Amino acid sequence: MTSYIEAIAAALADAMRADARVLVLGEDVAEGGPWGATAGLADEFGRDRVRDTPISEAAICGIAIGAAQSGLRPVVEIMFVDFVTLALDQLVNQAAKAHFMSGGQLTVPLVLRTQGGAGQRGGAQHSQSLEAWLTHVPGLKVVMPSTASDAAALLRAAIADPNPVVVVENKTLYFRREELSDEPVELGRAGVVRPGRDATVVALSRLVPEALAAADELAADGLELEVIDPRTLVPLDLDTIVESVRRTHRLVVAHEAVEHGGFGAELAAQVQAAAFDELDAPVGRVGAPFSPVPFSPPLEDAYLPGRAEIVQAVQAL
Amino acid sequence: MWRIRAFEERVGELTRANEVHGLVHLSIGGEGVAVGVCGALRDDDVVYSGHRAHGHAIAKGAPPAAVLAELMGREGGLCHGLGGSMHLVDVEHGFFGATGVVGGNVPLALGSALAARLAGGDNVAVVFFGDGAVQGGIFVESVNIAALWALPVILVCENNGFAEFTPRSAHTTVERVSDVVAPYPIERLTVDGGDVRAVRVAFSQFLDAARAGGGPMLLECLTHRFGGHYEGDAQQYRERLAADEWRRVDPIARLGIADHGVELEARDEIDEAERVARASPFPDASLMERLVYAP
Repeated sequence: MTSYIEAIAAALADAMRADARVLVLGEDVAEGGPWGATAGLADEFGRDRVRDTPISEAAICGIAIGAAQSGLRPVVEIMFVDFVTLALDQLVNQAAKAHFMSGGQLTVPLVLRTQGGAGQRGGAQHSQSLEAWLTHVPGLKVVMPSTASDAAALLRAAIADPNPVVVVENKTLYFRREELSDEPVELGRAGVVRPGRDATVVALSRLVPEALAAADELAADGLELEVIDPRTLVPLDLDTIVESVRRTHRLVVAHEAVEHGGFGAELAAQVQAAAFDELDAPVGRVGAPFSPVPFSPPLEDAYLPGRAEIVQAVQAL
Repeated sequence: MWRIRAFEERVGELTRANEVHGLVHLSIGGEGVAVGVCGALRDDDVVYSGHRAHGHAIAKGAPPAAVLAELMGREGGLCHGLGGSMHLVDVEHGFFGATGVVGGNVPLALGSALAARLAGGDNVAVVFFGDGAVQGGIFVESVNIAALWALPVILVCENNGFAEFTPRSAHTTVERVSDVVAPYPIERLTVDGGDVRAVRVAFSQFLDAARAGGGPMLLECLTHRFGGHYEGDAQQYRERLAADEWRRVDPIARLGIADHGVELEARDEIDEAERVARASPFPDASLMERLVYAP
């Protein structure tokens, strides 16, 4: 049994062994990072390739972009997705556009690993889900793995990709253990996590296990949910989702991010444009309320969407 | 320098004729810095620049016709018309590009310097920026890391005394950019940027040291921006130099070479560049979709 974070550490080590161009940069990475994603890397690969940085997110990101343009394969860690705000000029104005603006001369094979999500009493500045912002920027790819196997496989795929890829992990999934699967996973391929006939739930990151729990609950009532994990938001595997909706005729999109302007809105719009006639009900959405994440434990628990909200949304279809 | 001067003057004309599009920042008055620095570099040395980049690109080897075609939005431009004036890139000549966000280019040069150092070569990275970039947080972040990691990067500041429309004194109490990096172990020097020989001598010393494993360094070049911040800037915030005053700061006049042949040759070259650029079609719209992601 391997944890999500161990799978990431192993995937990083594999990538660094396989390709001398891969290097890791970020705050405390040589010490292993706060969760151990880079544990042991500095011992094996040295501090030239596992570079501790000052708390300078914008410069770290910019350095990685320059290094990528000059032939390296940097993997940057931004400790919390909340801090990606500090690096957005580099990510949005430089990394995402370099290939396009240079007429294809430059490529930025950069991976930015970060993690988001609430549930650990981190308060409003250490708990957000900001992936929708990133999906709005042409030139970036955005990955949100929900399992250890996917986290490892998608990280390997991201490192091999010639484009800037943001991998948004989830802190509450880091210590979940599972048997690693050998299923090949590539960027832009969704996974049908649980097949079902009555309704489709497309869930992101932490809400994938929540959707599976909802499916267990509804199965007791004879309702079979199909749970799909898109795994990659950009590029999106719309075909797998639409194919499912053609069979179930009902769709709920579920993520932890604030529902307003969330990626679920994009999913709903794309599905209705592709398969409006197949839908027997408006697409249901599950997301957080339009509020910063509260600190007080009972408030945070109430704020977080999960199994119960998914069950409710499916029943409302 | 005449090649850049003739190019920039032509760009000014073509901007007024609506043949060159968008936000255009000319480097007339700054040719001494572009030539003094880029003339010492090899193609495998990477240069980054900011929004006032035409001169740097040409000095680094970018063909004027391809630069002009880019400014005109044509297929034959350096970036097939997808970049424009503030986003010139010519990888073949080590010009990794201009960026329109002030100060955003500085860490990129650190990254290229890091790649050079890890690869074990003696090539360096250079980044041009204006005095307005120094007040941004990313400049301080970058200076700190460049010093911490002893990267082979040379920071070249063109201090023309104006951050867009505002004099430096209104933005900071530190007059000299070279003083901003004083606490760090960074070799620093302020030179007269209108004196191309002085720029070349000072830069070459830094370059030799960086190739030998040194770095980082900061070269501050005091320059005069002949024109406005952008083409069309009415410049109500400052007085134009009188002709004799301009001759005292003009890097070409100061070189003291009274050979009009060089000027005429440069103007002929730019005539030809314009002819080539005009002959290039606008890019096909399908180009956009093909270049959002690298295959």
